[in-house]
Amino acid sequence: MAETKEKDFRVLTSVTVRFAGDSGDGMQLTGSQFSDTTAWIGNDLNTLPDYPAEIRAPAGTIYGVSGFQLSFGSEDINTPGDLPDVLVAMNPAALRKNLKEIKSGGVIIVNSDAFDQKNLKLVNFDSNPLEDDSLSGYELHKVPISSLTANALEGLPLSPKDVARCKNFFALGLMYWLYDRPLKNTEDWIKDKFKTKPEYVQANTKALQAGYNFGEMTEVFTTRYKVEAAKLPKGTYRNISGNEATALGFLTASVKSGIPLFLGSYPITPASEILQYLSAYKNFGVKTVQAEDEIAGITSAIGAAFAGNLALTTTSGPGLSLKTEAIGLAVMTELPIVIVNVQRGGPSTGLPTKTEQADLLQALYGRNGEAPVCVLAARTPRDCFYMAIEASRIALKYMTPVILLTDGYLGNGSEPWRIPHMNELPDISVKFRTDPEGYYPYLRDKNLARPWAIPGTAGLEHRIGGLEKADIYGTVNYDPDNHDKMIRLRTEKVKGIVNDIPELKIDGEKEGDLLVLGWGSTYGSIKDAVTKARNSGLKLSQAHLRYLNPMPKNTGQVLKSFKKILVPEINLGQLSHLLRSEFLIPVEQLNRVRGLPLKVNDILEKINSLLGGGNGK
Amino acid sequence: MANSPETITRKYIAKDFISDQDVRWCPGCGDYSILAQVQRTFPDLIQTNKEKIVWVSGIGCSSRFPYYMNTYGFHGIHGRAPIIATGVKIANPDLAVWVATGDGDLLSIGGNHFIHACRKNIDIKVLLFNNRIYGLTKGQYSPTSEKGKVTKTTPFGSVDYPFNPLSLALGADATFVARSIDRNPKHLQEMIKRVGQHKGFALLEIFQNCNIFNDGTFELLTNKDTKDDHVLVLEHGKPMVFGKNHDKGIKLDGAHPVTVDISNGKYSKDDLWVHDEFSDTPVHAMILAHLEDRLDLPSPIGVFRQYIKETYDEGIRTQINKVIDKKGKGDLEKVLFGANTWEVS
Repeated sequence: MAETKEKDFRVLTSVTVRFAGDSGDGMQLTGSQFSDTTAWIGNDLNTLPDYPAEIRAPAGTIYGVSGFQLSFGSEDINTPGDLPDVLVAMNPAALRKNLKEIKSGGVIIVNSDAFDQKNLKLVNFDSNPLEDDSLSGYELHKVPISSLTANALEGLPLSPKDVARCKNFFALGLMYWLYDRPLKNTEDWIKDKFKTKPEYVQANTKALQAGYNFGEMTEVFTTRYKVEAAKLPKGTYRNISGNEATALGFLTASVKSGIPLFLGSYPITPASEILQYLSAYKNFGVKTVQAEDEIAGITSAIGAAFAGNLALTTTSGPGLSLKTEAIGLAVMTELPIVIVNVQRGGPSTGLPTKTEQADLLQALYGRNGEAPVCVLAARTPRDCFYMAIEASRIALKYMTPVILLTDGYLGNGSEPWRIPHMNELPDISVKFRTDPEGYYPYLRDKNLARPWAIPGTAGLEHRIGGLEKADIYGTVNYDPDNHDKMIRLRTEKVKGIVNDIPELKIDGEKEGDLLVLGWGSTYGSIKDAVTKARNSGLKLSQAHLRYLNPMPKNTGQVLKSFKKILVPEINLGQLSHLLRSEFLIPVEQLNRVRGLPLKVNDILEKINSLLGGGNGK
Repeated sequence: MANSPETITRKYIAKDFISDQDVRWCPGCGDYSILAQVQRTFPDLIQTNKEKIVWVSGIGCSSRFPYYMNTYGFHGIHGRAPIIATGVKIANPDLAVWVATGDGDLLSIGGNHFIHACRKNIDIKVLLFNNRIYGLTKGQYSPTSEKGKVTKTTPFGSVDYPFNPLSLALGADATFVARSIDRNPKHLQEMIKRVGQHKGFALLEIFQNCNIFNDGTFELLTNKDTKDDHVLVLEHGKPMVFGKNHDKGIKLDGAHPVTVDISNGKYSKDDLWVHDEFSDTPVHAMILAHLEDRLDLPSPIGVFRQYIKETYDEGIRTQINKVIDKKGKGDLEKVLFGANTWEVS
């Protein structure tokens, strides 16, 4: 047995790691296992799965590379990190694709077995980068992961193909050793995942342990790293992705309101997971209909809402386009439905697996006629939980469709979440109309909501639909003044929600030179950029919109309290456009539409240029 | 539409199903007959709790139907009636959900929802008002218009082939498939009743005359001088006899139906095809649906096929109950706190 060399531990406050390999190499699994373990030992973290739209592109090609980046630390972590400190590259394509993004001096761990002539040629490496000087600016570790895995699994009754499949666990084990994390979580996961296939449990566990022991036993790595637990508020935590949080939010809204949950949905990347999660909660009476198309997803939800369920549909950009006409129907019939749009790169099919914020104007205005809907946007993966509850609450209280915007990064990304107890969550009370006395379908309460009288209630038989309705009575009506009145009523109703939502909170001074204002998933990047700017001596404030229609009551006043407003967005300026037209103020834009979260550094540079080299110094 | 608050305790009469809305179809439209037959039939079909009836429609002349029924009603958007109705039925399986639709609504823009509602055996009753024309948009050809039809959008005749709605439904495994005619009130009433009694997806195609844009398209089947020779009334267990003097019949040669004369002694009733609406294959019903394609064969009306299998809402309910039996009723705190959690103190 080789002598165990005592390795030095270096303590870090945060690290960004990227796992990259072929689509079939199991990088998403490796990344999510590393994340779960990292969360479990108490680090704060934020993840960015970044995978191609193709399920299994040809092995070894650039377009087949699947990546998973995460940032974790003992400090507050708000983004998956701009540039990785560490790259784990399972083949030359993964190295080729990611090299330009690795921090200079960063650590690169490669599966050297994969660097053969064929794979090198596939991605146009003229010479082997592991042998020439091209990686001299990095701390390169050449680890023959494939053959070490094969050695470790020798004698097990597995095909060579199955053995090769275990190499990601070897890499994971090595990373666990390097960052001093326990194997237990992943060992338990393997046991559960392959409970019917004991030979896989044995093989994957062995590979994992072999990776860990490789770090321990060899002298390849002279330094290990420690990242202490983060100081998080007291409570019980779990790691959660935005899509799971969204699903749990709706489940919670259903339990809290006592109204059965109905989801009509058509599978679409990156929203399908919400349907998958909710379809598992049958013991809550959740009804999920995998519809024949996007339109069927929403129209079945409208039917279910008419019949008294808390009805949802979930989709991504192109699906929202298809649902457009039906959202108008929900506006006209004034029924409570929630439409979730997990935004992705557009237009058209666009970048199905990448993130974007370019559906804001579609959510607000993408319908025929004057068709106002309430629009909300979650800002972090865990915020999806609270915004799903909020969307349900508003829909039910105001009898209106609500669009909840998340995006691919929020949906797939994860972070630790302090799990709330039931009594910390808002009450949602719903009253169906049952009294026939004086009932008309388009009567309105003080919130301008019409009564919810569901089929099966004797004496309240009524007809609604897409044709314009007479005020109060709800009969078909083509009268010009009635139409004008109804349009205004529907608009006022949605505007009135403003009295029922929190004011826009400012982080920092209440007035000053610069406010950085964002919405949706850019929250973390903006927060980090603002913190860094402050650390460099600048004075500036941050605010983040979670309510896009209506916007919080004090939005205009907040905007007018700052000399400059910077709006960073993953689109070409949709919120900027709204702010200019609504508040008649100039707005500075920062727009990157790369299918990725905004880089902290890009925002920081813009802040520096706007503040002209210092306002607080 | 104020509803009288008092609950009706006596037996329903047709009037109980008439809403206070003025019916706005063109005078002479076949839709009037369909509405009247539904309202006349419903008291026999629905003895109590008419608040459990929901009529759903899409867009088109026929889709105004829910406004005229004093029941719950939902006038949807073009083509979507079957799937809106699906949502209603799944949300509350106690409801009796009916759909009024037309050939454009159901078979063109709504074709996808139609076949999937058949496939999933959604327990909804679909009345297809087939007038083979777009009426509400004023006279364009429809997916059931015959090839060569001259309309506003086909001044030189249409070049496309029509759908055979019953064949389509049978192909998609609908559990109840029937046809009737607006001008045969007795038969229509009978069919509405049969549709209402079926558990599962039911399609009733109703040949309906549009006297403005496609007048007389079913003339041969409704004119008293010609109808007996062109309509075959299907009755379960009975040989297929038709003709003014009951002198003709349908004989099945392999898979080929032929018309034979049973008055001259060469063939008798014993040679004729006996209708079996409970057949365990859709093959015979499919052959019947395609009699329509040939001028030398009559158009069948009646129940083509019916069978029973688990409906979609039953499937959902059974599954929910099974999961509850296995896992117990959902406990939200358990779900939220159930994953890999850790404590921060």
